[in-house]
Amino acid sequence: MIFFGLAALLIAIALIVGVTYTVGSLAWVTLLQWKDLVSFDRWTEVLITIKSNKLRTALTTISVAWGIFVLVFLLGLGRGLNQGARKQFAREATNGVWMIARKTSVPYGGYDIGRHITFDNRDYDRAVAVKGIDHISGQFYMTGGAFEGTGMMTKRGGKANAFQINAVHADAFYLTNHEIVEGRFLSKGDVADKRKSIVVGRPVVEFFFKKGEDPVGQWLEVAGVPFQIVGVFRDEGGAEQERQIYMPVSTAQLAYSGNDRLGMIEFTAGNAGPDEVKAIVDTLKGQLSERHGFSPDDAQAVHVHNNVEQFQRFSMMFMMISVFVVVIGLGTLAAGVVGVSNIMMIAVKERTKEIGVRKALGATPSSIVFMVIQEAVFLTGIAGLLGLSGGVAMCALIGKAHVSDFILDPGIDLSTGIAATAFLVFAGALAGFFPARAAARVNPIHALRDQ
Amino acid sequence: MLRLDKVNKYYRVGTHSLHVLRDVDFEVADGEFVAIMGASGSGKSTLLNILGILDDYDSGEYWLGDTLIRSLSEKKAANYRNRFIGFVFQSFNLLPFKTALENVALPLYYQGISRRKRNQIAEQYLERVGLRDWADHTPSEMSGGQKQRVAIARALIGKPRLILADEPTGALDSETSRQIMDLMAEINKTGITVLVVTHDPEVAARTSRIIRLKDGKVVDAEHARDSFPQMQAQP
Ligand SMILES: Nc1ncnc2c1ncn2[C@@H]1O[C@H](COP(=O)(O)OP(=O)(O)OP(=O)(O)O)[C@@H](O)[C@H]1O
Ligand SMILES: [Mg+2]
Repeated sequence: MIFFGLAALLIAIALIVGVTYTVGSLAWVTLLQWKDLVSFDRWTEVLITIKSNKLRTALTTISVAWGIFVLVFLLGLGRGLNQGARKQFAREATNGVWMIARKTSVPYGGYDIGRHITFDNRDYDRAVAVKGIDHISGQFYMTGGAFEGTGMMTKRGGKANAFQINAVHADAFYLTNHEIVEGRFLSKGDVADKRKSIVVGRPVVEFFFKKGEDPVGQWLEVAGVPFQIVGVFRDEGGAEQERQIYMPVSTAQLAYSGNDRLGMIEFTAGNAGPDEVKAIVDTLKGQLSERHGFSPDDAQAVHVHNNVEQFQRFSMMFMMISVFVVVIGLGTLAAGVVGVSNIMMIAVKERTKEIGVRKALGATPSSIVFMVIQEAVFLTGIAGLLGLSGGVAMCALIGKAHVSDFILDPGIDLSTGIAATAFLVFAGALAGFFPARAAARVNPIHALRDQ
Repeated sequence: MLRLDKVNKYYRVGTHSLHVLRDVDFEVADGEFVAIMGASGSGKSTLLNILGILDDYDSGEYWLGDTLIRSLSEKKAANYRNRFIGFVFQSFNLLPFKTALENVALPLYYQGISRRKRNQIAEQYLERVGLRDWADHTPSEMSGGQKQRVAIARALIGKPRLILADEPTGALDSETSRQIMDLMAEINKTGITVLVVTHDPEVAARTSRIIRLKDGKVVDAEHARDSFPQMQAQP
């Protein structure tokens, strides 16, 4: 973590220094001749010098274009990867932890392995008291605690369909990415009073109700018991996330003879880091093992699905990838810029005589500096735009080809593109600075001395 | 036009100091046609560079018109060169990738004149040196004499009051030299002051006055020259 922070800081400093230096040198050179930047004449003068060095110009162009291409392509791919992976997370809260009752895998207190564990309401009550927990809910599985197969027949007016039922506390909402579009989610009152309230996803409404009909207040029969709809939700995660019905855990326990059993306890811990969350999980596990007689070291009696840790790992990985990409890309680009600078330095050395002639004919040092810098900016600019469009095209191609589910919409956004272009201009000016200074210092007497 | 007053110039080579111009004193009036002669290493080019504000001097005074030329900023010097002085070199110093027309037009570029206007004017000057049909040719396609004509057109285009030529015929055969000197004389007739550095007595004979340098000193700066034989006596 510290390492990445430092790396990012260093890069930022390098950028700021580079840009300041460039802006400073540009200002020094151009204040007098700013109008020349838009002069067509000056551009044709630049083009002439490029024309006289075609091969070298081409090689330089390729090196910078390649740098930008690599940078844009890797950045775009990184973004695609990030988006692809984030989509996998989008189904649930990124700071959620799910603790699911399973089977023991370690002999403990005289019991053999393979014993089914079931939580109950007292586990939930004790968990609520644990410090650091932000939102918490228990869940009762109507089919007896299995994680899958909770679909229940739901009926209304002769129509019937199976939807997944979640019997939960009011806070379960915070463990989802649902968005209420009508009415409300389950309340604490619904749970406390064991009300027959349900919150349904949009497909449920679409299945049972006509268009324009208000579902809130209407009744549905869920596994033989009538419930009243109090709210409708939607979810960006897709249709599967919406084909669900939420009801108070207490009502479900009563209606489907669940006694006080719970199959899962789920919670969020605010902005807590992975270490704090791990401590909470350990506390809860300790409480559970104490009450249900399994080893606190049994990794399987309670299955823990910890998004905080996974998301952290995921974010870390992408941070690493981003830093890597930026370092590689900037490195390649820097190599390109140094290449331009070198090649232009050679060009200036070769054109010493020409520069001497120009000076004898009345070229001021600043006009010479500007000529060289403009050529450098022109070169890197053209090359950069080539690389930029190449990178964008490559990303689009990969996006279209659908190489992997983990890559979603690779590519860079407009602001990154604009920033890259601006950066190119600065890089070009920076590349041209030293050759330009060398050119301005050409002594016409030495340059013009015969033979 | 111009006046030198006890001008001294040293070249420092390591710890060594070379006294190249010693108390150089002379005056050139408006519209004069002057040759500068002297043995190799006598300081002719150095003198011309100072006159052309390409180089600075160490002591004395150089007056160009009413202006004391001393330690000018590079920008100022560039502007003076651009507006007042035209250079002609032994090796022409044309830009190889530019056409004759573009070469001639170059000084006007540094005056901020538009390309179209520049090229129009450059065409007139090419015409004047008899190379109108060569406007689109690059220097590599031209003979030495033609190149020097292009260079002269380039020196004239900024409407200078002073032309400085360092051995303009040094790379040319005698017939071509004669033609170039005809052109120089013609230019001088329009009122432009012309200074020509040369080794060639025939070239010097075309001028109206000779300034002789020896070891950095002016040994003879005769005014109106009328004794041609004295000239030829000089090797
Ligand atoms: N940049 C320099 N550094 C050191 N010494 C120089 C430099 N330029 C010229 N000199 C020396 O100054 C002296 C005068 O040189 P200059 O070029 O003015 O002579 P010149 O009369 O033009 O000779 P030539 O007829 O051969 O062209 C010579 O001894 C030369 O070696
Ligand atoms: Mg010389």
